Amino acid sequence: MARIAGIDLPKQKKAYIGLTYIFGIGITTAKNILTKAGVDENKKIADLTEAEVAEIRAVMTADYKVEGALRSEVQQNIKRLMDIGCYRGLRHRRGLPVRGQRTRTNSRTRKGKRKTVAGKKKAVK
Amino acid sequence: MPRSVKKGPYIDYKLLAKIEKLNQSNQKKIIKTWSRSSTISPEFVGHTIAVHNGNKMLPIYISENMVGHKLGEFAPTRIFRGHPGTKAEKASKVK
Repeated sequence: MARIAGIDLPKQKKAYIGLTYIFGIGITTAKNILTKAGVDENKKIADLTEAEVAEIRAVMTADYKVEGALRSEVQQNIKRLMDIGCYRGLRHRRGLPVRGQRTRTNSRTRKGKRKTVAGKKKAVK
Repeated sequence: MPRSVKKGPYIDYKLLAKIEKLNQSNQKKIIKTWSRSSTISPEFVGHTIAVHNGNKMLPIYISENMVGHKLGEFAPTRIFRGHPGTKAEKASKVK
């Protein structure tokens, strides 16, 4: 059982895939970490020795921001935008897309479930 | 695509000159500008700049966090009063 950054890694997966279960680590970062730690990236998580796990942990705490620390950094950046009152901050406040996408249709990820507005009158002939 | 680093940030020359003048004489005065695309540089901090939004000049106090943003980001050009027929709009009309 390998536990890194407060996350239980899946035992049956290869090391470089297993590491991506940690927030802030994708495949590229996972591979970089493994080469730095000197661990074979195709080794299964269950087969890692204690020493190897410790090495991975050491590399990660030294160079990478993951999980809680990363999440709070992202939140802080968003909060900064909202506090200075710039356009991007306003968009965050309203829960609308921030990077200039259209909002006439789509952008459901940001806006959430459709809220139908009743009361639109039909044209009378 | 971001602007080339070689050129440095874009700041309206006249605006920068005015700011520098104020900095030298240690004054604080509201400067009007239409140059929404100017980047806010560290010299601007502490000044109040009135940025045009197409209709009015909106006074904006420049704080340290704003460095690196553009002036226009702080002066919204559109007003959204809610969709027609919704309660929010009726409320804003009463005002």
